[in-house]
Amino acid sequence: MRKLALAHVLVSVAAFGLAAMMAVMQAMSRADLQLPARTADLYYLSVTAHGVLMGLVFTTFFIIGFGYVIVEKVTGRIVGKGLAWAGFWVALAGTLLATVAILSGRASVLYTFYPPMKAHPAFYIGAALLVVGSWAWAIVTLRSFHEWRKENPGRPAHVGLHGMVATAWLWLLCTLGVAVEVVVLLIPWSLGWVERIDPVLARTLFWYFGHPVVYFWLLPAYVAWYALLPRVAGGKLFSDKLTRMVFVLFLILSTPVGLHHQFVDPGIASQWKLFHAILTFGILFPSMVTAFTVIASLELGGRARGGRGLFGWIFRLPWGDPLFAAIALAMLTFATGGWGGAVNAAYGMNAMVHNTAWVQGHFHMTVGTASALTFMGLTYWLLPRLTGRELKFLPFAQVQPWLWFVGMCFFSIANHVTGLMGMPRRVYEASYGGAEQAQAWAPWTAVSAAGGVILFVSASCFGLVVVGTLLWGRRLSELPPIELAEPLEAPAEEGLFDRFGTWVTVAVVLVVIAYAIPLYQLLTLPRFGAPPQVPF
Amino acid sequence: MKVDPYEKAWMVAAVVLLTVFVATVVVSATAQGLHPPSHVETIDPVTCRSDPRFAELGVFDLEDGSVEVVMLAQVWAFLPGEVHVPAGVPVVFRMTSPDVIHGVQVVGTNVNATVIPGYVTEVVTTFERPGEYLILCNEYCGTGHHVMSGKLIVEDEEAGS
Repeated sequence: MRKLALAHVLVSVAAFGLAAMMAVMQAMSRADLQLPARTADLYYLSVTAHGVLMGLVFTTFFIIGFGYVIVEKVTGRIVGKGLAWAGFWVALAGTLLATVAILSGRASVLYTFYPPMKAHPAFYIGAALLVVGSWAWAIVTLRSFHEWRKENPGRPAHVGLHGMVATAWLWLLCTLGVAVEVVVLLIPWSLGWVERIDPVLARTLFWYFGHPVVYFWLLPAYVAWYALLPRVAGGKLFSDKLTRMVFVLFLILSTPVGLHHQFVDPGIASQWKLFHAILTFGILFPSMVTAFTVIASLELGGRARGGRGLFGWIFRLPWGDPLFAAIALAMLTFATGGWGGAVNAAYGMNAMVHNTAWVQGHFHMTVGTASALTFMGLTYWLLPRLTGRELKFLPFAQVQPWLWFVGMCFFSIANHVTGLMGMPRRVYEASYGGAEQAQAWAPWTAVSAAGGVILFVSASCFGLVVVGTLLWGRRLSELPPIELAEPLEAPAEEGLFDRFGTWVTVAVVLVVIAYAIPLYQLLTLPRFGAPPQVPF
Repeated sequence: MKVDPYEKAWMVAAVVLLTVFVATVVVSATAQGLHPPSHVETIDPVTCRSDPRFAELGVFDLEDGSVEVVMLAQVWAFLPGEVHVPAGVPVVFRMTSPDVIHGVQVVGTNVNATVIPGYVTEVVTTFERPGEYLILCNEYCGTGHHVMSGKLIVEDEEAGS
């Protein structure tokens, strides 16, 4: 298992490093700083590479690697190691194929790849292979869980495994949309076998996947917050039952909300958009519960370490531990940035922020910090446990989460502000020929660029620690133990929220209710489709 | 299920807050009729330039006193690139794209919609403040995405013509 998990984590770190280099150039380009060889073509290539490598490769590979560690810790083994390795190689091959297509300039279609803008077929085939490879992980996770349950009838699984099983089910359910989009619509069309494609159908299938993928990024972070962090803090998990409820709520509510990314699209009637908006507010609930449970667990830890008073326990927490600092700052960022999601979801208000810089400000605080910073912290924790080497350059690992936090404050606040002022996201430069309204954005794009530079310094510290540990880390006489948090009150037997069969059924039914009629309405329109275009 | 009283209070507060959010959205949608642009109408993107609905672009006065703006969003320009509309009068934008997906946003107003080849986008709004507004594309549409823009001039009816 160690090799398997390490292989995944290392691919994720490599993708992260490449994507971080792209990111710093983009942040500076938007502030109109003249970089050598700066062109619009390179900028959009770079945005595509950053989105694909961060959003789809770094996250997916890391989650799989971390997932195997949790599964083996709780169940004692990985059922189907051959399948797991096969999945790794397929996903890696797909990643390389798509990355080559992007870097050669033939797939500057962004990570959302909306047709009728057409990339080289290798890009779509690569993306499909990445998804297919990741299915192997979902199947291995579910099989391992199934075997463990047979041997431990009626015993509730540790919440860490419970969360990973919810993640695997969520992933299987939501990737169905993008798989159909890519395999049935995009690949035949990009190869020229089909002349036209319906962009709204493709977008709808993409966002069927594109919103739940957010929770695919978030749930493994929550696994770390619930199942690991209380242990690191010296406390216990405050509420075992509510943790299980949270994971189940994410499983059932993540997918039937995708239309909230298409609020301002033509071709989809408003009633169904409103239905998805209402469910979207429902999905805020489990995150609010998380805020309470995780902080209560930390308080237990802080007090166990001798902290007193209303807030005194906070200072007793292990801030010098890179995993702890990373997750604590990730949570703080999420607790503020998450509220922006309520604005995005707000049906009518969405028109004020849709596709503005606000959106990138939002998701850099959520996936870009809540998930990414948690994963960086976890990498520090995993490396010694997977390689048997002590973390090298510990001070860099200790300061890195703080740099990320500060950089992200600059970057995200600036982007939220310019977004409200009407500045669009994903533009090479934003002067619009000196238009008066655009001039007001300029000082803020400089703040955003400063944030980008700080984030890059932080990312470099992370890379240095990982490479340093692999090459020069002192060999430990024995592997450090993998220890999960114990609940304050352990449940004696399986409860309502352990019945995955029931909850997966509920999730499927909700998806059918939310998507059957809008898809039927779309498919029965007199649709013309659009021929391919390559404007890059 | 036994739940800590503080945690229970927190969850009740969360449910109340979310109920207020949802109620606000539902009331604004149903009672006030506030919906995002959701027009359902299709068109052949290959022949849309000669389609009677888009053969003539520009600003048209409608009988009910409102104004219709017929525009094309294409790589990398809005046609027409400059539009004059009166203040205080409902303006209906009707748009489509002959090539890739674009976004139309009028900075400083609530006009923000996706323009998709094969579909007709309709946005209805009323501009209260006269002045010059930047129209820009906010959906990536290729190498020239960041230069795709236009001008909307909202004219004070009394001071103007």
